[in-house]
Amino acid sequence: MSVVRISDDSLAKACGADALAAAFEKAGATVERVSSWGMHWLEPLVEIGGRGFGPATPGDVDAILDGSSALDIGTIAEHPFIAGQQRLTFARAGLTRPLSLEDYAATGGWAGFERAKGLGSEKILEEVTQSGLRGRGGAGFPAGIKWQTVARAAGEEKYIVCNADEGDSGTFADRMLMEGDPFALVEGMAIAGLAVGAGHGFIYLRSEYPDAIAKMEGAIALSAEIVAPFKLEVRVGAGAYVCGEETSLLNSLEGKRGEVRAKPPLPALEGAFGKPTVVNNVLTLAAVPHILAEGGASLYESLGIDRSKGTMPVQLAGNIRHGGLYETAFGISLGTLVNDIGGGTESGRPVKAVQVGGPLGAYMHPDRFDLPFDYEAFTAAESLIGHGGITVFDETADMGAMARFAFEFCAAESCGKCTPCRIGAVRGAELIDRIRDGGRVRDRIELAPQMHNTKTAARSQEDEVQLVEDLCEVMRDGSLCALGGFTPFPVMSAMRHWPEDFGLERKV
Amino acid sequence: MSSAARIQEICAAHSARKGPLLPILHDLQAEFGCIDEEAEGLVAKALNLSRAEVHGVVSFYHDFRPAPDARPEVQICRAEACKARGVEAIVPDAERAAGKRVRLSTVYCLGLCSVGPNARIGDAVYSRLDAERIQQLVEGA
Ligand code: SF4
Ligand code: FES
Repeated sequence: MSVVRISDDSLAKACGADALAAAFEKAGATVERVSSWGMHWLEPLVEIGGRGFGPATPGDVDAILDGSSALDIGTIAEHPFIAGQQRLTFARAGLTRPLSLEDYAATGGWAGFERAKGLGSEKILEEVTQSGLRGRGGAGFPAGIKWQTVARAAGEEKYIVCNADEGDSGTFADRMLMEGDPFALVEGMAIAGLAVGAGHGFIYLRSEYPDAIAKMEGAIALSAEIVAPFKLEVRVGAGAYVCGEETSLLNSLEGKRGEVRAKPPLPALEGAFGKPTVVNNVLTLAAVPHILAEGGASLYESLGIDRSKGTMPVQLAGNIRHGGLYETAFGISLGTLVNDIGGGTESGRPVKAVQVGGPLGAYMHPDRFDLPFDYEAFTAAESLIGHGGITVFDETADMGAMARFAFEFCAAESCGKCTPCRIGAVRGAELIDRIRDGGRVRDRIELAPQMHNTKTAARSQEDEVQLVEDLCEVMRDGSLCALGGFTPFPVMSAMRHWPEDFGLERKV
Repeated sequence: MSSAARIQEICAAHSARKGPLLPILHDLQAEFGCIDEEAEGLVAKALNLSRAEVHGVVSFYHDFRPAPDARPEVQICRAEACKARGVEAIVPDAERAAGKRVRLSTVYCLGLCSVGPNARIGDAVYSRLDAERIQQLVEGA
């Protein structure tokens, strides 16, 4: 009997993969636990001899084994969702056992690292720069330039820090990579170490991903000799969203409160423990082995459009029929991603809004579905790609509630360093309530005789709208980091496109 | 072994690391279920920090608690993608099932955003929850 392959990705497990694997073993099959293909609506997905069956439950085991199962999706690699992708970072997804060194080496693992060892620092820096690889955290800063700065910085002690704490809702590519292909991250970091002359790397990983923590620790232990003398360790975050911001992450790594630091000094010059430090996120570092493999830099450069080079693992999330990971070259339109590839909403109702780029991204109206997926186009549309997460909402979504949530989230996660963010977020949530209540009368405190400066009239809904707009402007211009500075994006976009959800009249 | 001696032992085990505070606090939280004033003082002493500095760190992060809570914990993701998939509608069911026995807490994203609503108990995660499934989970916690 051929081998039954089932993912051990935490998403597959959350959907019941462990019980399914046990049922296959009980039926006498040999089960191999591999990474996930990223077709999440089919998880747990069973693969036998290249054919897929999903979503499967223990009750389907017999039918799958005797070939009579209606869950048959045909050859997985030919499924339109997979066949349409350009997989670079996720080339191994679904194919290898995550912690198998044998599988990793057999699929081109360590080739980039071996080649890099022969090239030496200058040549590596040149190739990474030439590839056009940009940081995937939102700002899209060219990785090669950052590395050069660290390489040229004075000092013996330097660090490579992987930011695996970018916990934007609607994104899971980091998690999937660490759980499915952990050696790729190890290899990318080791190459970065060679390039800039760093001997020690930290993976700062959010505590919300227990499976990823276990896999990375396993991979580090198994590959320690291969990357030696480069040393790696996992540092577990402690539930603060703001630590996904690189300077806050560095403070946390040093054992401090995760408050954002003012820049300069750039982390490249004064980063972890005051030393020159490369801080890149998971996908950036995991793309490095491909770039350093023979001819990889020019291949990478040839994909994508304009200044958005290479591929982007797009994450289709929320109320979407075909949710999952879709890696593709930049330039594809938002509408194609949501409607053609994602299959529209799971509920079958019309799409009302999509949020791109995590909790700080703008809510986009379907009339902007022609927008190409590319850093510059999104910036021009007052939006961001960030981590490439797309969260779909159907018509039942209450955008007023989502705008309020954006403020609530900012209030819960603010590091507290700047006033517009720390206080503004709380006030913002209250203002949204008042708008939805249609304005408000003067409260007890305002009526007190000593409050002679306060407005005497009740506040109308328009007054409150004006206040939110002012507040958003102050937050945008007066915040030190993206959490306070970008929270206005979801709020203002929701108010602009769906005023009726705030009890406001639509302006024509 | 007294808890003070155990705390000192944990501090010593991490002392050779760069920036040992967070790893120490994680160990303490896991072992004692909280990081109380006494623990803060001992950690401060071991790392040559003031207790204010340690307290500042403990109180900053959501994962650390100042006092123990013996109730089992169920974390429910209430971030955008799970909201888009209807988590808010089933929270009342979870609350009813939890009563005073189970602590429900909110997390923002478990990285399973295409198959929500999602919950986490210990290191296990659960997806595609509906009213009935979340009730079962909470009751079984
Ligand atoms: S914007 Fe908010 S999270 Fe960012 S540094 Fe200021 S207070 Fe901290
Ligand atoms: S938004 Fe709930 S798991 Fe990501």
